Amino acid sequence: MNRPHPTRCYALADCNNFYVSCERVFDPSLKGVPVVVLSNNDGCVIARSPEAKAVGVQMGEPAFKREGFFRRHSVRVFSSNYALYGDMSQRVMSILGESAPRSEIYSIDEAFLDLAGLPDSTETHCQTLRQKVFRWTGIPISIGVGPTKTLAKIANRIAKKYAKFDGVFDLTNHPRMNDILAWLPVADVWGIGRRSVNKLGRHGVKTALDFARLPDDWLKKKMTVTGLMTAMELRGIPCFELELAPPSSKSLLCSRSFGRPVSSRTEMLESVAAYVSRAAEKLRGQGSVASWVKVFILTNPHKMELQYANARAMTLSVGTDHTPTLIKAAHSLLNDIYKPGYNYKKAGVMLAGIEPKATRQLSLLNLPPNTDDRDTTLMTCLDRINDRFGRSTLQYAATGLGRPWSMRQLRKSPRYTTAWHELPRVG
Amino acid sequence: MQAHKARITNGLEFLGFEPSSNLELPLFLAEVAAGFPSPADDFIDRKLDLNELLVRHPQATFFVRAHGESMRGAGINSGDLLVVDRAAQPGPGDVVIASVNGELTVKRLGRSGTKFVLSPEHPDFDPIEITEETDFELWGRVTYVIHKV
Repeated sequence: MNRPHPTRCYALADCNNFYVSCERVFDPSLKGVPVVVLSNNDGCVIARSPEAKAVGVQMGEPAFKREGFFRRHSVRVFSSNYALYGDMSQRVMSILGESAPRSEIYSIDEAFLDLAGLPDSTETHCQTLRQKVFRWTGIPISIGVGPTKTLAKIANRIAKKYAKFDGVFDLTNHPRMNDILAWLPVADVWGIGRRSVNKLGRHGVKTALDFARLPDDWLKKKMTVTGLMTAMELRGIPCFELELAPPSSKSLLCSRSFGRPVSSRTEMLESVAAYVSRAAEKLRGQGSVASWVKVFILTNPHKMELQYANARAMTLSVGTDHTPTLIKAAHSLLNDIYKPGYNYKKAGVMLAGIEPKATRQLSLLNLPPNTDDRDTTLMTCLDRINDRFGRSTLQYAATGLGRPWSMRQLRKSPRYTTAWHELPRVG
Repeated sequence: MQAHKARITNGLEFLGFEPSSNLELPLFLAEVAAGFPSPADDFIDRKLDLNELLVRHPQATFFVRAHGESMRGAGINSGDLLVVDRAAQPGPGDVVIASVNGELTVKRLGRSGTKFVLSPEHPDFDPIEITEETDFELWGRVTYVIHKV
């Protein structure tokens, strides 16, 4: 397949069973056996090795219902280890980024590459890249190529599904393009949501080909402009460009389900302080300040018990990235909405009104709480120490010390991102 | 330079590598009285960065901690930190990290006829011959040993 590059040539590089692959790099005994990784709180299955898929483990299954099954089939079960996955992702993304003039990191384990105008054939380039990523990081990847991002996604699916393509599949000018689109259910087309699938089903649209052949004005009317663009992309006309520089987030959310029901005010205050600290760290990491804080709490709607959920927000007089100021705001919000006597399942903090620190609006009435150099120095120092010695080396006492409410992660593989002094000893 | 703790397998302990934080050592330090520039100033144009020396391919470099004495003859003592470059192609004669039957080990790579042999460098340990039954994979080449004196 030595086709010359067309003017547009997008590749989607996707890590195979990424979380499981990360675990396998450092523990070769996991090769060839069923392995699953669970979501936060060890809730449900979020990654499966091919062997786990083969014994019948489904994506999203609640783990507690399958304990016996896992034991009978010797399935190796892991809590998610995001420190590890994040580090391995950075390595893979950095190699992918160097392989193309332009690239877009699409998720922790996927990147779009713009391969237009490269000297070697697409096939050769992608095979070399695939081997390089595997040799350098131990992570297997699959690459799909097409004249549009939507087609590259489909090509990737084929590269992954059929071993005979050796992990690379190119849909560009493919002689059997229509057969392939007729094979693909419309639900599996990138960007088509479940609700659209139901609507399309009622109109007899079952496959990607059916969708691509819908009249433009119908698409525009029933599926909005994005739907029309998706159809055009399936026809080979590029509409979605690479998103090169993701804008810094307009809002930051930090929220987690508790490891066990929480009913005390103290523990709720601690958890909210911990989430604020984390969100403020992210805020400082992107050089921004926030001027709007929201706190929300809720009980477990799946339990037959008294239910309560509430949220409250406030606007600060001036944007800040100062952890104590934000904790104070969040605590006053929580005190407004907290009601004793409920078993809370989840709490969260959202920061918005985010703008770059350098250009923030100053209030005419109040001095910003942390124009004070001492505060800024303190925050910088806090972040540096935590960067260097591991997250939560230094933390606000308001975030609690025992944290009995924190996430359940009973089966996490040894942590990869901690400090030298935390290394366990072995004989 | 910062390393992150990872897994311990068969005497090896993996550490993540973070190239963003550099340990910079000045080329030389001279105390300078304010207002009088040192004649050496013009010659200090950069600082030495150990990462630059030890880490050729940041995306492919992993830190591993050796435990046990099997490679003492190669200058690797128990507790030493090994710099492993997966991008460096390992060949016969190199000290390598290999995965053997589900475990990672550090040995010197050799050949016996058509077969690979993993040789320890200590009289009390036997070489591991790689046969067709062995589940074997070369993991990376050890490029440096960091030993605390």
